[in-house]
Amino acid sequence: MRGTPRLVAALCTVVVALLLQVTVFPHLAWNGVVPDLVLLAVVGAALVTDARFATLLGFGAGLLLDVAPPADHAAGRWALALLVVGYVVGRVAHDHQPGGQRPSYPVMLAAGAAGAFVGTSLFALSGLVLRDPAVGVGELLEVVLAAVAYDVLAAVVVVPATVWLFTREPGPRPAQVTPRLPRRTPV
Amino acid sequence: MSLDTRPPRQRPVRQVSTPRERLEASGMPSRSLLVALVLACVALMVVDLSGGKDSPIAPVRRVVGEVIGPAQAAVSEVMGPIVGLPGALRTNDALRDDLAVAKDRNADLEAELERAGYNDNRYDEFAGMCQMIGDLGYAVSPAHVIGYGSAQSFSDTVTIDAGSDAGLRPDMTVLNNDGLVGRVLAVTSETATVLLIIDPASTVGGRVGDNMENGMVDGQGGFEADRPLELRLLDNTVVPQKGQAVVTWGSEGGAPYVSGVPIGEVSKTFEELRLGTFRAVLEPYVDFTSLGLVGVVVPAGDDQRVIAADCVPGGTR
Repeated sequence: MRGTPRLVAALCTVVVALLLQVTVFPHLAWNGVVPDLVLLAVVGAALVTDARFATLLGFGAGLLLDVAPPADHAAGRWALALLVVGYVVGRVAHDHQPGGQRPSYPVMLAAGAAGAFVGTSLFALSGLVLRDPAVGVGELLEVVLAAVAYDVLAAVVVVPATVWLFTREPGPRPAQVTPRLPRRTPV
Repeated sequence: MSLDTRPPRQRPVRQVSTPRERLEASGMPSRSLLVALVLACVALMVVDLSGGKDSPIAPVRRVVGEVIGPAQAAVSEVMGPIVGLPGALRTNDALRDDLAVAKDRNADLEAELERAGYNDNRYDEFAGMCQMIGDLGYAVSPAHVIGYGSAQSFSDTVTIDAGSDAGLRPDMTVLNNDGLVGRVLAVTSETATVLLIIDPASTVGGRVGDNMENGMVDGQGGFEADRPLELRLLDNTVVPQKGQAVVTWGSEGGAPYVSGVPIGEVSKTFEELRLGTFRAVLEPYVDFTSLGLVGVVVPAGDDQRVIAADCVPGGTR
């Protein structure tokens, strides 16, 4: 999928993931940790598109996440984190799985876990550097690990769904001609 | 030499491309793009952090909030019952346990409520006692009335729950927040017997507060007697007036009665024709049928149980 359909698909994915993340999942939080659906959507997109697109998508999605209501941190932190996630996952996927075909299921899960770890750690680290919420490293690590665990759970569904969406070819399916069976001749 | 008449090839045999073109073709972001994006993020953070409340991001946040806010509210309404579903699934045993716990708690609270009035009164008693001894300037040892003497004994005595261990000795003044109660007759280590001033055998030196006339306050006996106390003034010519307050006169060394403790007020006056003196019926300040906290006047000391003259209600000094 390339061009405008890909852009539309990206926009839809990010918006839906964002809405789910900020509306539905706070009610299903585990120890206050909410799965990063937007991050997983970026990972999914990065697996099957090119790294440039994934980087830009990560940047845009992060910007959106930075200004979504409950957020109070410095804008740009999620943008930076998701940008790196998109770049790294896209780059690795490109180097080891050329051709944009669908990756296998374990690869998707591993990519989701790795992306979640990189993204949440980067976000936490940027907060540490900026002293945005002043918390200790130990507490930070605990939350990051919990977030990664929850993200892996969410990645089971979100990454394959995103991958499926981005590998779909738009337009009508080519008509399949079923070969007509030869008529059985009466004996 | 002949001309090459073959049709021109569509593509050159060897494709030469710059590294940038190769990068483009492989879908890698150029270095400049990466740097630009990262710098954009950093710039955004700096602008937002240094801007504080007036940062340029705030209006954007507000707009996004206006869009997502209603969605959040609606989803919250829908999600509430769904998320609460596991909480609604309860076993019968758990519900019974909860009910038992709630019932226990309710019983406890009800008991507390029933005691609340009593506790209020106890506090009032204590505060009154503090006030009284603050006015008088004596230290008292607190005690509670734990028993009334029987009517068959024809004496009006009570037992209090403080004795010689608390420093009590016979012939000490007993008072409460309203006024004079009586004096200590006998002590054991833990209890003491108090002779009330309404006992027929009790005589207290009293004086009318208004004119400092001295007299004797005699008990008439019985809790139900309608004229529990009588005052005989020493001076025959003075007529006690209704409503005059009578306080103790005081004994030498403060035993058995310290001075200045209110006893009662004059309610009626009679003239003893035979003796040519006046007799007054006193209405005691103390309600002798509902004695609770009383105080025994003790020499001021460092005993922890003593309520000092400068005590504060809510915590003894």
